[in-house]
Amino acid sequence: MSDSLDTYLILSGILFAIGSFGFLARRNAISMLMSIELMLNAVNLAIVAFGVFGAGPDASAQGAVFALMVMAVAAAEATVGLAIVIAIYRNKKTPLVDEYDAMRQ
Amino acid sequence: MLARLVPILLGLIVMGAVLGIAALMLLALGQDWEDALLWILAAVMLGSGLLVVTMRDIIRCGLAMIVCFLALAGIYTLMGVPLLGAAQVIVYIGAISVLILFAIMLTQTKDAPSRLVFQTQAGVAAIAAVVFAVLIALAVTATDWGAAAKRVGISTNAMSKVLFRDFVFPFEIVSVLLLAAVIGGVFLAKREPGGPS
Repeated sequence: MSDSLDTYLILSGILFAIGSFGFLARRNAISMLMSIELMLNAVNLAIVAFGVFGAGPDASAQGAVFALMVMAVAAAEATVGLAIVIAIYRNKKTPLVDEYDAMRQ
Repeated sequence: MLARLVPILLGLIVMGAVLGIAALMLLALGQDWEDALLWILAAVMLGSGLLVVTMRDIIRCGLAMIVCFLALAGIYTLMGVPLLGAAQVIVYIGAISVLILFAIMLTQTKDAPSRLVFQTQAGVAAIAAVVFAVLIALAVTATDWGAAAKRVGISTNAMSKVLFRDFVFPFEIVSVLLLAAVIGGVFLAKREPGGPS
């Protein structure tokens, strides 16, 4: 089981589905950001799995290094996303996204 | 009292089922330690992931997210990429989770947990997510991955060679991106002088 690429890819797919459900269904902006983190982790797992089961040690290391890059970009994304949420919270006094309707009025 | 006991009992039952299946895999089905460990870690990861998106109390969602990341770090280590597991613990658990927990504490109002957690489209979203997961699973199992059959572990040495030789330029770009993110985060979250406090 742990020696087949399918296992890891299916795991990653399920985790991505959970994250996308959270992103679509939750009302709290920070919950949505957490769901995005779950999705990024799922994609990372898929990248590393493709690398580890790839051809040759050099290709494998490339997959892992790419996953490291994704982690750094995720950290940047979390910083800016949370800063935006806090900035909006300061104006609207609510973290719930369906009450952000300034552009609809 | 009963309402308090039910989630604890449920958690114990789920934990027992996961560990029981792992023991069954080890003893009866003749699979090795790696398979049993992967099963436990995968169950913990998916279970806590589900808790992240379904629990009412958002602080508990954040703590479940930490458990999910920890299980994923274990899976990385099990796959033979221990450096990535360490990076996962440092970056996700040490930095991003703490950042998210702080943001939760800054934005949580007193009546937040008792109010409605899901949007009205939650049912549709659940159906879409399940369909998506099934589609991915079908596509993955139906595809023949060809040469990608044998697993190779990745030593930290090989990873560092690739990172600092082939990927040096992206590495530097990422450092600039992180600097930009730090400045942008400070700028966005900064209080306007004279603005609403």
